[in-house]
Amino acid sequence: MPSSILESATTEPGRSPTRRSPGFWSDAARRIVKSRAAVSGGTIIVVFVALALLAPALAPYEPLRGRLVDRLQGPGPTHWFGTDELGRDVLSRVLFGARISLQIQIAAVGLALVLGTALGVVAGYWGGWSDTLIMRAVDIMMAFPGIFLALAIIAALGTGLGNVIVASAIFLVPQFARVVRGSMLILKEKEFVEAARALGEGDVTIVMRYLLPNSLAPIIVQTTLRMATVLLTASGLSFLGLGVQPPSPEWGAMLSNARAYMITAPHVATVPGLAIMLVVLGFNLLGDGLRDALDPRLRE
Amino acid sequence: MIVYVLRRLFLLVPVLVGVSLVSFALLQLVPGDPALILAGEEATEEVLARIRQEYGLNRPLPVQFAAYLRHAVEGDLGISIQSRQPVATLLAQRFPFTLKLAFLAIVVSATLGVIAGIVAATNRNSSLDIAALLGSLVGISLPIFWLGLLAILVFSVKLHWLPSGGTGTLAHLLLPALVLGAASSAVIARTTRASMLEVLRQDYVRTARAKGVSDRLVVYRHALGNAMIPILTVFGLEFGYNLGGAVLTETVFSLPGVGRLIVEGIFARDYPVVQGALLVVATTFVLVNLCTDIAYAFFDPRIRYD
Repeated sequence: MPSSILESATTEPGRSPTRRSPGFWSDAARRIVKSRAAVSGGTIIVVFVALALLAPALAPYEPLRGRLVDRLQGPGPTHWFGTDELGRDVLSRVLFGARISLQIQIAAVGLALVLGTALGVVAGYWGGWSDTLIMRAVDIMMAFPGIFLALAIIAALGTGLGNVIVASAIFLVPQFARVVRGSMLILKEKEFVEAARALGEGDVTIVMRYLLPNSLAPIIVQTTLRMATVLLTASGLSFLGLGVQPPSPEWGAMLSNARAYMITAPHVATVPGLAIMLVVLGFNLLGDGLRDALDPRLRE
Repeated sequence: MIVYVLRRLFLLVPVLVGVSLVSFALLQLVPGDPALILAGEEATEEVLARIRQEYGLNRPLPVQFAAYLRHAVEGDLGISIQSRQPVATLLAQRFPFTLKLAFLAIVVSATLGVIAGIVAATNRNSSLDIAALLGSLVGISLPIFWLGLLAILVFSVKLHWLPSGGTGTLAHLLLPALVLGAASSAVIARTTRASMLEVLRQDYVRTARAKGVSDRLVVYRHALGNAMIPILTVFGLEFGYNLGGAVLTETVFSLPGVGRLIVEGIFARDYPVVQGALLVVATTFVLVNLCTDIAYAFFDPRIRYD
């Protein structure tokens, strides 16, 4: 079997030849479409991304400018979700906030994905002292519970959008490193890797062409679930006043402002919180659905 | 078993040294002269020289770190820039509160989670099961700070059932503990359900049923004991994560815990406080996780100690 796989590798260099089986991804796609969790989660995310991209066209008002005479109005026909303490339209702010959330999520998870995968590959594939060193570092990073690692980074770097992205990304690096390392440890013992090595393929080729494509399923699941985690971390930092700063309509920062008006105008705090919850729920649902669809252990 | 515990304790040393290194490095990573940060912007050259001398900032970094480690082991975490009190004293005032809050949260969430998990597992695929699954998904998706605000609005402002902040009685802590424990309840419910389903499939459960033991007795007497082992691990892990969640909960409810201390420390650029709080919280987290692992090995004789 390995020989035929490698034959196709030499004849079709563009396609990765060692995917689990020709039908793995089409099987998975069928299971994803059938999974209620994946479909409902995916729908929420599509709506969220669409709203974020179209915010400038959809928002009825400017997110940063309000009229003080309109301050703290309840939901009504002119302002669907009411106005905040400066008379700014809550709906418009939440819509523009979606752009900031999406930006943080993509940048932070992307950064963590690249760094974590690189560390995981080095640790899992090369092993030895590099494995010991990387995994010790991962242990140390994971010794800080929850948001504490992000707080430490913010304490050193300061607040603001860029630093929130860096802090949330570093917070996630250990998770990706562990998943990729685990995958490498299993895959590098496989026959097709041995066969590739026997044919004289270099380490970089083996990793890029054989190991990483076969690790895609767990990486995709991690990426999806971490899109949820990162939003909770980043909006939590902003809520504490240590993340994205007002007047930016970041959802956590909006909630932080709305605290002072909780009793007189609870709607100002309700909408951004609901937005965070729905987006997090969407990514969690999709992640769970993808895990069930892609995890071979659950295949019967 | 003793060998296992000793080995784990030994492996803890590099992690704790690493944690101290991170907390030590914090001050070095802040852009600018550490002495200037510690002394404040208006410090004269003499004050700066004295600070450098006092904190040993003119020595090489490895020497500084060794001194930092030695002091930390002795319980000396430096002096707060803002309050001029020893950081260790501040932590001794604030940290027990956070521990109490995190502990209460795990008690609340363990109760809710285990009950929901058993109900879901014993009524598999019923509407109760689906409700528990959906509930736990929402639970892990809720931003804790928003849940806290809503809880204050509903239970304190509208219904007047529970106080919204302050400390003193257990009632003051109940709402924060419920909010902090919401995500843990969800995780515990999921684990309980999965673990119960696994155990209920076992042969000895079928035997018990076959000899006519009632459903209730099968679940609570025969199955739950063994199902609890993986759940116990989750209790430990979640307790640790609750230390992290406490930062947000304490902010929402204005509670005087270590989470508030670190956030206030960051705002005030009171780095010794931030460093000390990081060190103590991470050390506690690591120790809690170690205890969890040891408890797991103790309760499950199938676990190999190597």
